[in-house]
Amino acid sequence: MGLMPSSAGAPESVLAAYGVTFSYDGVEVLHDVSFALHPGEFVALVGPNGSGKSTLVRILLGLLSPDAGRALLFGAPPHALGERSRIGYVPQRTSLSSDLPATVEEVVRAGRLHRGQWWRSLGPSDTEAVDHALGAVALADLRRRRVGDLSGGQQQRVLIAKALAGNPDVLVLDEPIAGVDAESQRLFRDSVVHLVHEHSAAVLLVSHELGAVADDLDRVVVLKRSIVFDGPGADLVAAGVSLGVHREDLPLWLEELG
Amino acid sequence: MSLLGDGIGHLAFAGVAGGLLLGVWPVWSALAVSVLGAVAMERLRVRGHATGDLALALFLYGGIAAAVVLASRSDGGTAQVLPYLFGSILTVTPGDVGIVAATGAVIVTTITVTGRALFAVLVDEESARVAGLPVDALNTMLVALAAVTVVAAMRVVGVLLVAALMVLPVATARLVARSFRGTLVVGAVVGVASVVAGLAAARAWALTPGGSIVLSAAAVFAFTVGVTVAIGGARRAGTALPR
Repeated sequence: MGLMPSSAGAPESVLAAYGVTFSYDGVEVLHDVSFALHPGEFVALVGPNGSGKSTLVRILLGLLSPDAGRALLFGAPPHALGERSRIGYVPQRTSLSSDLPATVEEVVRAGRLHRGQWWRSLGPSDTEAVDHALGAVALADLRRRRVGDLSGGQQQRVLIAKALAGNPDVLVLDEPIAGVDAESQRLFRDSVVHLVHEHSAAVLLVSHELGAVADDLDRVVVLKRSIVFDGPGADLVAAGVSLGVHREDLPLWLEELG
Repeated sequence: MSLLGDGIGHLAFAGVAGGLLLGVWPVWSALAVSVLGAVAMERLRVRGHATGDLALALFLYGGIAAAVVLASRSDGGTAQVLPYLFGSILTVTPGDVGIVAATGAVIVTTITVTGRALFAVLVDEESARVAGLPVDALNTMLVALAAVTVVAAMRVVGVLLVAALMVLPVATARLVARSFRGTLVVGAVVGVASVVAGLAAARAWALTPGGSIVLSAAAVFAFTVGVTVAIGGARRAGTALPR
């Protein structure tokens, strides 16, 4: 325990934060946070509820500006990144609006629109990318179904497919497996591992439980206002925090931290 | 969003009364007031100064109060504004038809170009921002477009009922269509059919067209609800049978 953040500062990082501090209404939620995600890395960002995980992600993606420090997306300030298709993002949420009148395929196709070309109509290459993304999350058979008729786990996979449809270099997933059944967790794990191995994409998974993916992670980063651990999951296990087999250990440990 | 059309309708009414007072063609003044008001309503909502409901209420009641005050000051009095309140197809001029056609063309063109991006914002605003879509501009454009729609329909169905014509056909479409595209197409078809049926009924039985159009749309909705409930019930009964 108590490893210092060691990975920040590498020039080739996909996402990076340098000394980021952020407050909501005078309450500091992030203090001097430095963090980096490198190409092809699969990293979990974990922490107790309210530890600043989602805030850090929103700063990394340029949705929020830090009070101090800076964030870089592919080496540039987030707002300066032109090629937005390089990022796939699934925000924290429970499900899609149940009365959204749209099919699975329509939602995934929306993931093909990015800065500089959002008005264009979609062609065969878009259809191919959508088909591939639907296949990656095992939803090809449900493509014509209304999203509101799907289970929570299936809707979560629809949103992941939407993020994958742009063929991103980095996939950021905020609490994608919270409250999702075991089958969906397994399918989720398969599609993320496929993405990391086949497409060399980097994946940042924000979660308070690691479930099925614990053994596939390159690093685990524990955040509680500041980064309290950044290293291989095995080091956390060696310190007595089990990540995989006894899944409840990590949430319990995180709550004790909080 | 269902009541957005209603709020804009009341703003358009204030615009009509203002136009009559100032001697400006009421359609122009209604267009200006409702577009500016709708954009202001959206800005208030985005900046978090007021919730969507509160911003809507402010403009809805502000609009109707301004209309009453302005109408009482103009020469013709409040009677002049009645055709705009309830709609009156008999007083529609060739100029009105021209502006309805022009606004219709603007709306269809804009939706053809921006529809996919608007859908992406509807699905998930956060990831649309990360994808670099102009989310704020698209949301503002959508309310401005709603204001243009209200003014286009105002002369026929009236500002009090215009929102119903925006909501009911889409509500019907959502019952039958699975896809977003299907919802748009069915909504447009039901809307046009309701207008035609309502006008035919108005002509046959000397009814007020605005009311008969909206009643037609409501009847189509009620009928569709009945059919979908019956089909759903039949399906459930079918699956409950032993195989």
